[in-house]
Amino acid sequence: MYDFAYHKPATVADAVKLLAADGDAKALAGGQTLIPTLKQRLAKPSAVVDLSAIKDLAGIAVAGGKVTIGAMTRHGDVAASADVKKALPALAALADGIGDPQVRNRGTIGGSIANNDPAADYPAACLALGATIKTNSREIPADAFFLGMFETALKPGEIILSVSFPIPEKAAYAKFGQPASRYALVGVMVAKTASGARVAVTGAAAAVFRWSEAEAALSKSWNAASLDGVKVSPDGLNSDIHAAADYRAHLVGVMAKRAVTAAG
Amino acid sequence: MAKISLTVNGKKVSAEVEGRTLLVQVLREKLGMTGTHVGCDTSQCGACVVHVDGKSVKSCTMLAAQADGTSVTTIEGLANGNELHPMQAAFKEHHGLQCGFCTPGMVMSAIELAKRNSNPSEHDVREWLEGNICRCTGYHNIVKAVQAGAQAMAAAK
Ligand SMILES: Cc1cc2nc3c(=O)[nH]c(=O)nc-3n(C[C@H](O)[C@H](O)[C@H](O)COP(=O)(O)OP(=O)(O)OC[C@H]3O[C@@H](n4cnc5c(N)ncnc54)[C@H](O)[C@@H]3O)c2cc1C
Ligand code: FES
Ligand code: FES
Repeated sequence: MYDFAYHKPATVADAVKLLAADGDAKALAGGQTLIPTLKQRLAKPSAVVDLSAIKDLAGIAVAGGKVTIGAMTRHGDVAASADVKKALPALAALADGIGDPQVRNRGTIGGSIANNDPAADYPAACLALGATIKTNSREIPADAFFLGMFETALKPGEIILSVSFPIPEKAAYAKFGQPASRYALVGVMVAKTASGARVAVTGAAAAVFRWSEAEAALSKSWNAASLDGVKVSPDGLNSDIHAAADYRAHLVGVMAKRAVTAAG
Repeated sequence: MAKISLTVNGKKVSAEVEGRTLLVQVLREKLGMTGTHVGCDTSQCGACVVHVDGKSVKSCTMLAAQADGTSVTTIEGLANGNELHPMQAAFKEHHGLQCGFCTPGMVMSAIELAKRNSNPSEHDVREWLEGNICRCTGYHNIVKAVQAGAQAMAAAK
C-alpha cells in the first residue's frame, strides 16, 4: 500500500473542507472496498478522510412513508433493524445478503452506492424503489445517480449523507450470487408502487439499469407469469469467466420472476 | 506517523502507525501477537478475524488508525490461563482443524455467531462462515464444532 495521511473529522463541514482542499484525498467509510483497492495499489490517494466520527451520519428513521438510512449505517445494522424489517423487509433481506458477516459489520450503504460496483446490491434497491440520495449540497434521484461502471453523479469531494427509500406496496430482491465472491452474478429488485412497477437489474451490465419491458408487463399485471416471454437482450451484457452474456440474460428473467413471486 | 491507543485483550497498548498501517500489522508486527493470521490479499479468507468493540471484523481490512480508541479481542485473549474458551475446546473436541491456519479466524467469527444464536442450525453456521475459508477440513467438522461451541457457551453463562 502507498502511504497517505489519515484524517478523522468530527463534522460534515470539516470533511467537505478536507476533501475540497485536496483533490487527491478520498472519503473512507467502512473500508471494505477502498482498503482492498489500496492494498492492490489500484488507487493512490494523498489522504483518506474517515467519516466514522461524524455524528448523525449513521442511523435509521422510518417516517412519512419513507425509510431513511444514514450514509455510515453498516449493512449489518440495516439487516438487523426491526424498523426496516417491518417497513421494508426486502431491504433488510438485501442487506443481509451482502458479502459475509465481517463485511456487513463494517461496510456502509453510503460507501456501496458511492462506489457503484456493477455487481453491488444496494444500487438495485435504490433504483427499483426510486430512492433519493442526499448529499452535502443537494438531493439526487436514484434515476440520475448511477451513471456507469463505478461512475455516479457525485462531484469530486461531494459526500453522501443519507438515502431515502419510499415504502412500496410490495418489493423483493432475488440474487444469484457469484459462488466465490457472493457479489451478484445477477440480482433483480422488483417493486410495486402506486405509480406502477419498477424493476432494477444489477450484476448483468456495466452498471445497474431499469428493465422497462418487465416494468410494463408487471404494471399491467403484477404476476410472475406476466414475465413469460419478456426477454432482455444479451447484447452489451457482461461476459466473463463466471458467466456468458446469454446466460446472464437468462438469469435476469429467472431472478425477476423469483423476486415477483417472493414479493407476493 | 501518529500514535494510536487501544485496548487489546484487556490491556491498554499504544503504537506509532502510518496512515496505511493495518490493524493486523499492529497486532502481529508491533505487538508480536501472531495468533491472528493473514491468508489473502483480497479481504476474502477470514484468517485475520478479530473482534473490535465486540463485533467480528477482518483486521486486514481495517486501518490501525480506525481502531484508535477501540477494544480489540484476538484469539490470544480467549483462554482463561490453561483453560480453553468453550469455542476453542469444541474445535479441539470435534477435530474442527487440520493445519490450523484458518482456525483463529474461524473461532473468532464463530463466537460472534454464538452470541447472536446459542443454538445455530447447520445451515446457520454454513451461512455465517461465508467469509472464512478453510483449505483442509471440508468444513464438516468445523460446523459440528461451532454448533457444540455455541451450546457450550450458552451453558457456561
Ligand atoms: C469479501 C467481500 C465481499 C463483498 N460482497 C459484496 C456483495 O455481495 N454485495 C455488495 O453489494 N457489496 C459487496 N462487497 C462490498 C461491500 O458492500 C462494501 O462495504 C461496499 O462496496 C463499500 O462500502 P464501504 O462502506 O466499505 O466503503 P469504502 O470502502 O470505505 O468506500 C468505497 C468508496 O466510496 C466512497 N465513499 C464512501 N462513503 C462515502 C460517502 N458517504 N459519500 C461519498 N463517497 C463515499 C469512498 O471514497 C470510496 O471511493 C463485498 C466486499 C468484500 C470485501
Ligand atoms: S487475511 Fe484474508 S480476509 Fe484478512
Ligand atoms: S485447517 Fe487448514 S485451512 Fe482450515
